[in-house]
Amino acid sequence: MRTRTLALFLSAAVMSTALCGCGGQGTAGTGSDGANTSQTGGEPPANELTVGIAQDLGDSLDPFTMTAAGTREILFNVYEGLYKPDASGDFIPALAEDCAISEDALTYTFTLRDGVQFHNGTAMDAEDVVYSFNTCAATSVDSSLSAALADLVSADVVDERTVAVTLAAPNSDFLAYVSSVYVVPDDYDGQTTAPVGTGPFRFVSRSVQENVILERFDRYWGEAAKVDKVTCKIYEDGNALMTALNGGAVDLVCHLTTSQVQGLGEQYQVLEGTMNLVQALYLNNAAAPFDDVRVRQALCYAVDVDAVLDLTADGHGTKLGSSMYPAFTKYFDDSLTDLYPHDPEKARALLAEAGYPDGFSMTITVPSNYTPHVDTALVLAEQLAAVGIQAQVVEVEWNTWLTDVYQGRNFETTVVGFDAANLTANALLQRWTSGAGKNMISFQSSEYDALLEQANAITDDGDRTSLFRQAERVLAEEAANVYIQDLADMVVINKSLTGFQFYPLYVLDLSQIAWTA
Amino acid sequence: MKKRLSGRAAGPTNWFLYLGAAITLVMAALTVLGCFWTPYDPGAMDSLSKALPPCPAHWMGTDNFGRDIFSRALQGMGATLFISLCVVAISGAAGTAIGAVTGYFGGWGDEILMRICDAITAFPSILLALVILAILGPGKWNVIGVLGILFIPSFARVARGEFARCRTLNYVKSARLMGAGPWRIMVRHILPNTAPVLLPAVSIGFNNAVLAEASMSFLGIGVGPADASLGRMLSDGQSYLLRGLPWYALCVGGTIVLLILGFSLLGEGLQRRKPAF
Repeated sequence: MRTRTLALFLSAAVMSTALCGCGGQGTAGTGSDGANTSQTGGEPPANELTVGIAQDLGDSLDPFTMTAAGTREILFNVYEGLYKPDASGDFIPALAEDCAISEDALTYTFTLRDGVQFHNGTAMDAEDVVYSFNTCAATSVDSSLSAALADLVSADVVDERTVAVTLAAPNSDFLAYVSSVYVVPDDYDGQTTAPVGTGPFRFVSRSVQENVILERFDRYWGEAAKVDKVTCKIYEDGNALMTALNGGAVDLVCHLTTSQVQGLGEQYQVLEGTMNLVQALYLNNAAAPFDDVRVRQALCYAVDVDAVLDLTADGHGTKLGSSMYPAFTKYFDDSLTDLYPHDPEKARALLAEAGYPDGFSMTITVPSNYTPHVDTALVLAEQLAAVGIQAQVVEVEWNTWLTDVYQGRNFETTVVGFDAANLTANALLQRWTSGAGKNMISFQSSEYDALLEQANAITDDGDRTSLFRQAERVLAEEAANVYIQDLADMVVINKSLTGFQFYPLYVLDLSQIAWTA
Repeated sequence: MKKRLSGRAAGPTNWFLYLGAAITLVMAALTVLGCFWTPYDPGAMDSLSKALPPCPAHWMGTDNFGRDIFSRALQGMGATLFISLCVVAISGAAGTAIGAVTGYFGGWGDEILMRICDAITAFPSILLALVILAILGPGKWNVIGVLGILFIPSFARVARGEFARCRTLNYVKSARLMGAGPWRIMVRHILPNTAPVLLPAVSIGFNNAVLAEASMSFLGIGVGPADASLGRMLSDGQSYLLRGLPWYALCVGGTIVLLILGFSLLGEGLQRRKPAF
């Protein structure tokens, strides 16, 4: 029996000592940055870049069937469309030099850039573009993209350098979708394992769960990439990634949290961007008491967003007031963030007016794998308690969340973040129209529906923008949800590197990154 | 034939019993205290006192939300002990009942029930609990139910052995001759005599329950964030071990170690007492 006691004691002790071991390792790693080639100052011996990424590119490397955001992020450097997004969210001509849109906005005539080569050496022509459009329409796993391409009547070769695309109905966001139709050679079938595109980097190799290697494509049509070679090292374990950072083994890591970037070595600097998603306490507008606008507004007044940012991310993150994040500079309305200042008194008054003078009980359902959302939910529960609302945080598996909350709409409130599948206002706003299948919160507003319908019916950019902004204001004034923040996205980068750019999309543009002399 | 519980042993002083009882008493006293009073509100967040190291104002420091870890540990111990008590109560009662019936009567009922117990034991219990909770969903009562059922075989086995052994002893035979029915014999005559064997089983079962609850909460399928149990706190704390908050996980882990150490020593001490016969 003595061994039994010992075993019990040990198993309990292991719980804390095993973790001790990790702590020690981390501390030991700090300061030993001799392995870093870039530390010597001046031009590093090799013009190479090592990027730490959190997941393998394990799904498929095919431009139309790759699903993981992490895969799309890296292959953004390998594939290009006729147009491509830039860091400010505009669409700039890439493989097309120019695009003429017919009067009825149904026909897009693209003039292709001359002398574009694929990574395998063949020249791009109109046949390749048409092939890409057709393959994308047939195989794309991006539902909004395939829905947009379903309206495609035809993509035709006009001559060697001209392609005409005809739509069944006008779509003022069509260029955004065009940028997702990556152009690939029509006579190459190895895309799933060895992608061939036209981008500034060409794919060299992938070692499973180890690394992905890209090299500069010397015959790139545009401005050539600054570094010769990029190695994306895969660290699927968060602790391993931190150890690599502490040891100086990587030059660039994106998507870190504020607590992860504390206490890093001196060779790094931390850049702060945003995750490009709308984190909110999403309210089931169809369920009592959230069907009462006064209750929803009371919740908005009860929540202190600044305190949420302070408690969960040391004050980092961007406050939001509606379903739009600031990377959409054109559509983001800063004034909405202060529509509901923190005012517990007003919240209580509104609750009393709505018939809940003593508050009520509610549940906040959160997917347990997203720590930032769980943390936010915990802080919100604490803040709501101050106005008499007893909020219980219920953690569920991601799949349970998808089926019960997102598809089943069987919830009271939930904290998650919604991102935009593409660079269109519709990607964020369309989902809240009354009939939308994705309208998880069952938000009903004829005014909102009318504004979006109007916006999508016209092509004038200024008018559209103002209509979208009005729609955002409706969401905020109706207090459809308690909007919280766009989470901070911390990027750790070697101090000698320049040219990192935050995009309004989940991509990592490697082409501009360079070592400073 | 009743034997009083005492630390007296033939031979050297039973330090296991004394030390175990002392640690357990202190932890129990702290738990009771935590039900009525904690130095701070365990849920109160404060952005100004985030991630403080242990200091006179906060004995175990504060966590990433500025909550007092000592207050939360006191409360968490209550949650953990409550779950463990319920688990031991359920599995102990059911296990003893099953063990008594199967051990006393034997026969095909014994075979069936014991094979079911074997089947349950054949699975790694944490894994089985994970599967069941994945289906039922996490939550305090689900954890209690699942662990309560999973722990039945260990009690049933011990009780069965004792009842089978006592069945043929003279005092049972005498009772039977005096006309006592089987239920009376089991409850009034045999059960009290199984205490020297059952009590250590209870203390070990209690240990296992504390660890199982902590493990499951650590794996994220135990209690929700609202009922902060020790395992849940350990799970929260471990992600901050490398990021400037090591005392969080260490303090909570230490609390679990003390809890279990106390009960283990107590169980060991109970085992080492002079045998009943």
